[in-house]
Amino acid sequence: MDAATLGRALVRMAHEIVERNPEPDSLAFIGIRTHGVPLAQRLAMEVGEILKRKFSVGEIDISMHRDDLALRNAPPQVGPSQIAFDLTDKTLVLVDDVLFTGRTIRAAMDEISDFGRPQRIQLAILIDRGHRELPIRPDYVGKNVPTAPDERVRVRLAEIDGKDEVVIER
Amino acid sequence: MTATAWKHKDLLGIQELSATEINLLLDTATAFKQVGERPIKKVPSLRGKTMVNLFIEPSTRTRTSFELAAKRLSADVINITATASSIVKGETLKDTALNLQALNADIIVIRHSAAGAAHFLARLLKASVINAGDGAHEHPTQALLDAFTIREKKGRIKGLKVTILGDILYSRVARSNIWLLTKLGAHVTLAGPSTLVPRVFEEFGCRVTYDVEEAIRDADVINLLRIQHERQRQTMFPSIGEYTAMFGLNKERFTRTKPDALIMHPGPINRGVEIDSEIADCSRSVILEQVTNGLAVRMAVLFLCSGGKPAAEGAK
Repeated sequence: MDAATLGRALVRMAHEIVERNPEPDSLAFIGIRTHGVPLAQRLAMEVGEILKRKFSVGEIDISMHRDDLALRNAPPQVGPSQIAFDLTDKTLVLVDDVLFTGRTIRAAMDEISDFGRPQRIQLAILIDRGHRELPIRPDYVGKNVPTAPDERVRVRLAEIDGKDEVVIER
Repeated sequence: MTATAWKHKDLLGIQELSATEINLLLDTATAFKQVGERPIKKVPSLRGKTMVNLFIEPSTRTRTSFELAAKRLSADVINITATASSIVKGETLKDTALNLQALNADIIVIRHSAAGAAHFLARLLKASVINAGDGAHEHPTQALLDAFTIREKKGRIKGLKVTILGDILYSRVARSNIWLLTKLGAHVTLAGPSTLVPRVFEEFGCRVTYDVEEAIRDADVINLLRIQHERQRQTMFPSIGEYTAMFGLNKERFTRTKPDALIMHPGPINRGVEIDSEIADCSRSVILEQVTNGLAVRMAVLFLCSGGKPAAEGAK
């Protein structure tokens, strides 16, 4: 997936978000660190372009909510979550780059509930690569990419990696 | 998600940590400080783990702080104090610790009057051992929270002038602070009565002076230490009154410090002895913020020492 395809996917997802949320007053975006954060900002901007308004964007770090702290080779790097707005009655669009087992999304929803009680949470994912281990399903998908479990999907974004691209590595 | 370079099951002291590891601990503590500001101040990282506070020496701050840190990480906590345990019936530290391990404790936080007590337990046990103060040797979480507070207030540690004033000889806080601050590139000056600040401390890479005025004049941070009466076998100075007159931070000396110098104290403070009551409560005093930050630092320590596979530190 190159930069142009990635950009078009985000524009289409933004239109779907507008279509699914007829009352955009309550809409806000949350990116999962690291790559979900710039994606959430871009989606918020695209949706903002369509509706001619600005939306709040928060970022969360899910390391404290993971269920595999003692199973990993080393403890994860933790950063602070930043949600500078009240979540009550909001429709949150939770954004991440790749959806795989679903465990990150489970942890992200737990993290969000520590900050407050949103009205609903919707899930926007750039690449859905399958192999779910939990009953989690995205509401907005950039691209479905069938993969083998041992493959790696690498999303690179200009804000972090200097360029936009998605590649599958073995 | 990036993995860290943290490879320790125990936190025994600052001496064995690298500057990178110290910075990782401080960065992790920043994330945990923010948890304390949420509506729900609890995360499930250590769910199902058991932490034992084994305090053979008295403490309010450190023990409460470790207990709350563990609870905010969803661990279960047991507190054991020397007077209310079988230690008074003659049980050795080794046997007490092995019994705690037999109850499947995952983390043991120990404070003991003997230097090396935590190291001894770490060699003996599979559980994580956290040193909460061993004699006059080390108090690593205190040094970490002091550094965290300095970094938060001053934006850096490298190049800062830090003066530690008071009873250095009997202070584990001083030793841990000296190791940490010199590893991170601060300039450390030690000051106090010559009986309590021996010249041998210059070998730690810091400056020793007996001129209080000179020690506090250029300091960016002044860390005051309590006189550790419980560790002194004989009187090291003529009287408390004389100590206060010669080395206490009073209003007159305070006016000669830099206008943005931080005033720190690990607690418990003895008002009117090493610090004037009004100075302890003034706007440049960060004594209570140190306590708040201690909670975040201890959450970070418990989190990092519990993370990763047990094999990471070699089989026991």
